[in-house]
Amino acid sequence: MTTEAGTTEAGTTKPGRWASGRLADAVPVLVTTLVVLVLWYAGAAWLNLPQAEEALARSGKPFGGLDLLLQTYSMKRPILPTPDQVVVELWGSLTGYPLTSPRNLLFHAAVTAQAALTGLAMGVALGTLLAVGIVYTRTLDASLLPWVIASQTVPILAIAPMIVVILGNLGFTGLLPKAVICMYLCFFPITVGMVKGLRSADPLWLDLMRTYSAGGLRAFWSLRLPASLPFLFASLKVSVAISVTGAIVGELPTGGQAGLGARLLSGSYYGQTVQIWAALVMAALLSVLLIAVLRVVERLVLGRGGVQ
Amino acid sequence: MHSPSPSRTSGATGQPAPAPIVQARSLSLVYPTADNRPVTALSEVDLTIARGDFVSLIGPSGCGKTTLLRVIADLEQPTGGSITVEGLTPEQARLKRLYGYVFQAPALYPWRTVERNVMLPLEIMGIPRAERQARAREELQRVGLSGFERKFPWQLSGGMQQRASIARALALKPDLLLMDEPFGALDEITRDHLNLHLTQLWRSTGKTCVFVTHSIAEAVFLSTRIVVMSPRPGRILDVIDCDLPRERTLDIRESPEFAAIAHRVRDGLKEGHSYDD
Repeated sequence: MTTEAGTTEAGTTKPGRWASGRLADAVPVLVTTLVVLVLWYAGAAWLNLPQAEEALARSGKPFGGLDLLLQTYSMKRPILPTPDQVVVELWGSLTGYPLTSPRNLLFHAAVTAQAALTGLAMGVALGTLLAVGIVYTRTLDASLLPWVIASQTVPILAIAPMIVVILGNLGFTGLLPKAVICMYLCFFPITVGMVKGLRSADPLWLDLMRTYSAGGLRAFWSLRLPASLPFLFASLKVSVAISVTGAIVGELPTGGQAGLGARLLSGSYYGQTVQIWAALVMAALLSVLLIAVLRVVERLVLGRGGVQ
Repeated sequence: MHSPSPSRTSGATGQPAPAPIVQARSLSLVYPTADNRPVTALSEVDLTIARGDFVSLIGPSGCGKTTLLRVIADLEQPTGGSITVEGLTPEQARLKRLYGYVFQAPALYPWRTVERNVMLPLEIMGIPRAERQARAREELQRVGLSGFERKFPWQLSGGMQQRASIARALALKPDLLLMDEPFGALDEITRDHLNLHLTQLWRSTGKTCVFVTHSIAEAVFLSTRIVVMSPRPGRILDVIDCDLPRERTLDIRESPEFAAIAHRVRDGLKEGHSYDD
């Protein structure tokens, strides 16, 4: 019996392992999700309790503990909305309105994503340029990095309105100021990663280039740059997430007609906590999506050569 | 300090070859150090390497054998004496890509397939793509790696990676092959196998090889001449002709001739150690 089972398993090793591997991967994620949900509901009950008690008392009817608990989960403007309230709000926003409507969160997500991605591209360009300068020029190596680090010690909330004001004065509004704020946040991890990446080439690999009497430019394209790509992708994963944050922060001082930041702002004006949370979840989903896309790109670019 | 040894003179005169491929005269290299006690990596090295020879540089670590090889390759600059490679300065020879270099580690670029690694020097030379690929395939076949063109380096064993790196050095079609302990990191069985492979390759291509090793058996098995070196300062103690037949099999290592030469090399290395103590 046991032998039989063993043989069967051996015969179907591949799909069997695949399935069990997937399940084994999924269990910790499911457990974590469950724990978060339980804590969330508990927190919502606790935080919304005074509000709910007041509401029930006002209605005048007698109420029990269960009534009170259910009331904490169905407030119109709760201190902490429940996950189901957020999901309903999110779902209603996505399905109830056309994509072009400002009541559809995908519309706002697209606006934010556009700024985040433009800023990310600018940040990658700037960060790489700085890294090349630092790696190839001794003067920049000694002088630039302290400034780069100093730039990141300024809180973005303090500098974002300045960027909006200055660029607005120069006639740039809309996408560009937001993208510049994203770039300001993004370029730092890129610079740090690329400096390390461009210097990661093994001394023997460099010697090899020398035996081929390869020039500096050739050594850059054929050796230093490909050697730096794994570092670039590690930096990009950090940069993508902070770029989305940057875009949202950038949408706050502009007064915001569109974007997830604008949605957060209008939600807080009117005390629409459920709307705020729906926008927050949308922002998280956007970051997750962008990182997933990045992973696919990474796999395509680095290919099997990147698997060690 | 430098007791005149008769063997040194034999190294200087060497065989009367008409055009030596490498010629070094009182070559020295001194590294300056922070504590003002310069390290003499090479001292008064005289060496002539004739075309078609297989020359091994053998000695304990720190004897300057790798440094000497790197000076020939223009990866290090000597501080005294003179050296020519194919009648040119090492730099000119390097710029004309007259040698192929095999490092201690395979040093394959991990993001390139085996074939594209071998094609790299040809890419840099600006050879058209079709020819690049044909030459890469030819060299991979020569080292017995046909069928592995599309593999990535990490998918190959250590011995196969080193063979790929030899194919890469051969792709330049150099007359001179410089090898720095290429099999040092491999197990003995693989090493024997690759030594056999290398001696056949050397015989069939007629290239000149300069081979750094610290294995006496390896040096005797592969070489036509063995240069025995000694550390502090790095110098040549003896140059031993290894006049075994050119066609060699692993069995040759059991022969008395082989043992006699190995004995001489060992004696030479011992002599070097007596300088230390």
